[in-house]
Amino acid sequence: MAATEAYRITERRRMTMTGAEATAEAMRQIHPDVVAAYPITPQTDIVMRFARFVADGVVQTEFVPVESEHSALSAVVGASAAGARAMTATSGPGLALMHEILYVAAGYRLPIVMPVANRALSGPINIHGDHSDSMGSRDAGWIHIYAENAQEAYDNLIQAVRIAEHPEVRVPVLVGQDGFIITHGMEIVEVLTDDEVRAFVGEYQPERYLLDVDHPMTVGALALQNSYFELKRQLAEAVKRSARIIADVGEEFGRLTGRYYGLTEPYRMEDAELVIVVIGSTAGTAKDVIDELRGRGVKAGLVKVRVFRPFPARNLRDLLRQARAVAVLDRADSYSGLGGPLFAETKAALYGLPQAPVVTGYVYGLGGRDITPEMIASVYDDLGQLAERARTDYAAVAAEAALSVRYLGVRER
Amino acid sequence: MSPSRGAAFTEREASVTLPWTEMAEAGLIPQGGTAFRVKTGSWRTGSKPVLELSRCIHCLRCWIWCPDSSILLDGEKVTGIDYDHCKGCGICAQVCPPKVHAIQMVPEGGEA
Repeated sequence: MAATEAYRITERRRMTMTGAEATAEAMRQIHPDVVAAYPITPQTDIVMRFARFVADGVVQTEFVPVESEHSALSAVVGASAAGARAMTATSGPGLALMHEILYVAAGYRLPIVMPVANRALSGPINIHGDHSDSMGSRDAGWIHIYAENAQEAYDNLIQAVRIAEHPEVRVPVLVGQDGFIITHGMEIVEVLTDDEVRAFVGEYQPERYLLDVDHPMTVGALALQNSYFELKRQLAEAVKRSARIIADVGEEFGRLTGRYYGLTEPYRMEDAELVIVVIGSTAGTAKDVIDELRGRGVKAGLVKVRVFRPFPARNLRDLLRQARAVAVLDRADSYSGLGGPLFAETKAALYGLPQAPVVTGYVYGLGGRDITPEMIASVYDDLGQLAERARTDYAAVAAEAALSVRYLGVRER
Repeated sequence: MSPSRGAAFTEREASVTLPWTEMAEAGLIPQGGTAFRVKTGSWRTGSKPVLELSRCIHCLRCWIWCPDSSILLDGEKVTGIDYDHCKGCGICAQVCPPKVHAIQMVPEGGEA
C-alpha cells in the first residue's frame, strides 16, 4: 500500500526524468486496461517501468508478456476489439516485426496507442535513434505524432488517447520519440496530477466491443473485391479528418497546461526567409541555432513537423509560402535517390504554389549520428547561397535543389 | 456523413453495394449469427455426404467432428445434413462407426 501511495501525484510537479520515464509515468496515469509488450532497446526502459507499476499494484492493468512484437500488437488488437483501452510500445526492429499487424489495427479501426522509441533498423545492427522504423510504417494507416523532448513525449501520449478514441477518428496512434536522445536524456518534465490526466483522457466507452455478449459482433470478416476498397476509403477519410481533432485536442491540452500543440510548430517564422523543416529532437537544436543567427540578422526560421500522418500539407503550404529557401531534414532515407520521405512529401505539398521557395533535402543522423549546431548552421549557409542564386536564375536553381540530396554529418574525404 | 457503428446494423448496411460513406465502419458485423446467411456450401466440390437415417444410431460423432455445423439435429437425434454450409470434407463419413456406416460420400450431383 505504501508503495502505491508513493507513486501518486496529487500536485503538479516539475521532475527530472528521461523521456522513457516520462512515458511510463503518462502510461501509469492513463491507466490502460491492457498492455502487451516485448522488450527492445531503447523502448525497454518504458515497459520495464510500467511492468514495475503493475507488479507493485500501482495500476490494475492486465500486463501480457509476449514472445515477440508481432504477438504484442496482436494481443493488443484482440484486447482493443474486446473493449479494452490497450497499449503497447516498441522500437526499430520491433516495429518492423509488428508491420503486418499495424495494418490490421488500423483496418479494424482500433484506437490503440503505442509509444515508439525511434531506433535505426538493422543491418548493420544499431540501437540508436533515427526515424527509419516509423517512416517504414508511415503507410499503415496509423496517426504518427513525434516529440521534440521528454515533455512532449509525455504530453503527446496523453493527447494520443483522446485522438485515437475520438468517435470521428478511431484510428491507432503511434507516438514517436528519438531513441536515447529523448528516451534516455534527462530533462525537466512537468507532470500533471493523476486526477488531471484521468479527467483529460476520460473513461473509455467503446460503442461496440466483442465482450458485449448482449450485442454479438464480428471483427475481421473477409472483405474482398466488393468491399475492401470502400473500407480503406473510410480509413483514409478518418485519418484525414483526424487533423482537426488533433488540433482541437492540442488546444484543449494547452488550456489545461499552457502548452499548446498543433500539427506543426512554427519557430520564428513571422518573416523567415531561410527555413528548416524537421521532425523530432533536432528541432530543439535548430531553435538555438536560429536564435543565434537571428542575432546576426539572418532571417532564419523553423517548421517542426509534429504530426507526420495525417501529413500537414496545408500547414506547410501556408507556413512556407513566404520563404525563399527551404531545407528538409530527414532522419531516414527512402533510398529513392531523392532522400527521405519528409523531403518528398514537403515538396509535394508545395507543388503549384506561385513563387514557391527553393526546396532542397538533407539526410542526417542515421544510426544516432550526432547532429550539431554547426551542421545546422551550415544548412542555413547553404540556404542563403541557394536563395541568392535563385534571384537571378530561379527555375534552374529550384530544379537543381529539388533533385539534390546532401548527407549531413557523414564523413567525406 | 460518418459511417455508422453504434447504430443498429441493418440489412442495408450489410449490403456490399453501398457507397463507402454508408457501409458499417471497418466492415464490422455488429450482429450475431450472420455467418448462417452465407451459403458456403457452394464451395463444395467433388463429393458430398449422404446420410442413410435408418442406419444411424445417433452417437453424434459426426456432429462433434463436423468442422462447420452442418449436421442437423432435433434434440439429440440426427435429422440430416445442411448442404448450404457443408464443404464436403468427408470427416463425418470417416468418423461414423464402421458397423453403422450411415454416411457415405457420393459424387456431387449423384444420388441424394
